[in-house]
Order: sequence, then C-alpha cells, then structure tokens
Amino acid sequence: MSANKDSVGGTLKVALLLCVVCSIFISSAAVILKPMQEANKTLDRNKNILAAAGMFDEQMNTNDDVDELFAQFTPRIVDLETGDFATEEQLAELNIDVTTYDQRTVFTDPQFSEALEASEDIAGLKRLVRFVTVYLVEGPNGELQDIVLPVSGYGLWGTMYGYLALEGDANTVKGIGFYDQKETPGLGGEITNPRWKAQWPGKEVYSEDGDVALSVVKGEGQGVHQVDGLAGASLTSRGVDNLIEFWLGPLGFGPFLTKLTNG
Amino acid sequence: MSIDTKSILVKPIFANNPIALQILGVCSALAVTTGLQVTVVMCIALTVVTAFSNLFISMVRKFIPNSIRIIAQMTIIASLVIAVDLTLQAFAYEISKQLSVFVGLIITNCIVMGRAEAFAMKNPPGLSFLDGIGNGLGYSVVLLSVATIRELFGSGSLFGVQVLPLVSNGGWYQPNGLMLLAPSAFFIIGFLIWALRAVRVEQVEKDEFKIAPHTVQEAAH
Repeated sequence: MSANKDSVGGTLKVALLLCVVCSIFISSAAVILKPMQEANKTLDRNKNILAAAGMFDEQMNTNDDVDELFAQFTPRIVDLETGDFATEEQLAELNIDVTTYDQRTVFTDPQFSEALEASEDIAGLKRLVRFVTVYLVEGPNGELQDIVLPVSGYGLWGTMYGYLALEGDANTVKGIGFYDQKETPGLGGEITNPRWKAQWPGKEVYSEDGDVALSVVKGEGQGVHQVDGLAGASLTSRGVDNLIEFWLGPLGFGPFLTKLTNG
Repeated sequence: MSIDTKSILVKPIFANNPIALQILGVCSALAVTTGLQVTVVMCIALTVVTAFSNLFISMVRKFIPNSIRIIAQMTIIASLVIAVDLTLQAFAYEISKQLSVFVGLIITNCIVMGRAEAFAMKNPPGLSFLDGIGNGLGYSVVLLSVATIRELFGSGSLFGVQVLPLVSNGGWYQPNGLMLLAPSAFFIIGFLIWALRAVRVEQVEKDEFKIAPHTVQEAAH
C-alpha cells in the first residue's frame, strides 16, 4: 500500500478510510456521552434557578441536593402577550414540553418570537419570545410562596441571562442571579458577587401606583426601591436597571404578575 | 529510559519550550489563564490531544499520501479534540462552560499541528507519543506560571481559594483588574521569555538585520 499511496486511487482510499474511522469514533463518543451532558445542563439550569431564589448555597449545598430542592418548583409556561398561563392547546400546537422547553433556543424562531420595536426594546433584546417558563413554589397551605422569572438584557459586552425571584406577593424581591454574562471581570462581572446580590432580597418592585420602581442607581441606593450601582461599571448597572424595568413592565411579566396576584 | 527518549520528553519543558522558544500556542495562553482551575484542565486537554494525535499520526504516517497530509493530520486532531470536548461536557461541565470555545480551538493550536508535522510524521509511535507529552508539559509549565500570577494578583485567590482578602469583601487587597484581561498574559509571557533567555543565553535569536552606521552623506541631508 505504501508503494502506491501517492497515486490518485491510493489518496482517495486513505482519505475515505480515515474519514470513516474518525466519524465512527466521534459519533460513538457523542452518543455515549449525550445523556450525561443533558443531565449536566439541566442540573446547571436548576441550580441557577435555586440560587436566584436563595435556596442554594455553593458552600452549604452540593449538586446532590439540587434534584430534591428543585422538586419543590413547578415549571409553568406563561404567554407574555396575554399574561396568562399558556393553555394546553397552545402548548400542543407549538409542541412545547414544559420540562424541556428552553426559550433561549427558540429565540430567533419566528413561530415563537417577534422583533421588538427599538422604542420598546429598553433592555436591548432585539426579539421577544412569547412563551417563557416561570417557576412557582407553593407553601404548605397551597399559597404561592415564590415566583422565579427568567430575565435577560444587554450589559456592556453582551446579553446577561439570569433569574429574578419574587415572593408570593409578586412585589417583594427574594433574590437575583446571573448565570451567563460577559461583563468585565472585577467591574461589571461583580453582578455575580454575593455581597452585591445580598442587597436585593426585601426590595420592592412596584410603587404604589403600580409602576416599576425598582432600579439600580449610581452610588448608594435609598429605600425599598433602590439598589446600589456597581462602582466602575455604569453600563452594566444600567443594563441591569433596564432589564428589571423591561421584564417587570407591561411587555414583560407585568400583566402576568397582576393577574397572578388578583386571583 | 535511554538518554534519547528522556531528552525527547524533558527538552520541550525548558530547553525547547513550545511557547517560550517557538512562540506557538499563545492564543489559548492569553485566554484561559485567568484562573488556575480552568488552566489545569486546559493543560491536561492539550497534553492528551498532542500526545494521542502524535501517536495516531505516527502510526499511520507511512500510509498518509503526501498531497493530503495536512488535511489527514487535521482530521485526526479534530476528532480527538471533539472527543475531549464531549468528555469535558459530560464529566466537568462547570469547567467546560468556562473554557467554552477554547477546547475546540485546540484544533488550531499550532503546537499540536507543529508537532504532528515536525515530529510524528518522521518518528515511530512510541517516541512521538513521548514528544507529545513533553510538549504538552512545556505548554503547561508556561500556562500554569501565567495563571498563578494572574489569579493571585487579579482575584487574590489560588485555585478559587481566597489567599489575599479583597477590599470588596472587607479585606485589604485591591485586585489588579488588568490581570484578568488578556493583555496582562502578553506582558507576563514576555517577561517569562525574557527571564528564560537571560538564564539560557543560547536561546537568544541573532539579529535578522544589522543597523548600518551613519554615513557622512546621510548626515548632510
């Protein structure tokens, strides 16, 4: 074989053989490892949801606790256009499975999302997915205890993805957490710092007349509606401020939260 | 182990370091050295890929037609890198998330390609494998020193464990933000190369050109 390896036939033969061997190798690796990767992805997402709700602490809990803790959450799909939970027919029509649906993967799919007008798009999202997953926790007596909402918005370098957890009154913040962001390490990246996040619990979202009053301000925040901005990260702070205003406002979860609390 | 095999394994660490002397693979050295944990995984991944790609390429080197040898090497390297990437996603998800595209970019890492073409195509599998390990270790030595400096001064921690208490957490150390950005790795690698060449003078390259002395005529301009 080595004698005629440089002939056209020999070259083609080696190329073909090499491709077949390599593709078999890669496909089998992909098939064997797939279930573990899927499990890891779900675990990671669930952990972020728990962390936002203040129910998971890296120091105290291990990955083994995630499943047990997460069992308290009920995932529900919300139709942002109406502010209601999506009906069975809607879910069936769009082929949505509540446990595996991910609004980030259908972000550019015109069936699920619409382009946002520049004037409405305060969080720099470009598009808005109509159906999103929220997570609810019920207390011992069946009353609503926690509402975890997915939020996203443009910071300085890219879109920041996170979860905002509210208490059952749909007004008091329980916690916030970002699981995917590209902000400057040490400056904007401090949005993941536990000390900064610790200010959020107890803040209130809506003012008395129902507007979104929760905001990230420059310097020190005063009262129940203001959170300290991050030093040296004005644009990231503004990004967080904008995403709060957008997602809790009329285009985001505003209508849903109103309906939820009014029964 | 004969002197020859030993030198193949050890030489790339200081005497013929792929980053410091050959200036290959600098891209990932800038990108993945902000924390030691990530760096260690990246070093292991690269060493495994270099060693096994050298091994496999050397095993089939007599059958690879000359006209498609680079593509054939790339196919083998790419397959190995994808396998490593998939394995990391399955067993070390957190770290694979931080490494993101940089595992995939091992495919284009010049060290892997360079060793395949320069060594594995001409030498038997056993030696090629050792050469891969040696070069992987050479890469790791540089990356780990860069990562130690960057993590210690950039975040005040080592392997994620807080060593210097930060001002933002009530301590005294004001972290150096530059250390967390890619340019700092450039400076650190530059200083490392300087230090290495100060000790091993034979690594200093000869000037590629000579500056001609001023002539009278030129001075008259």
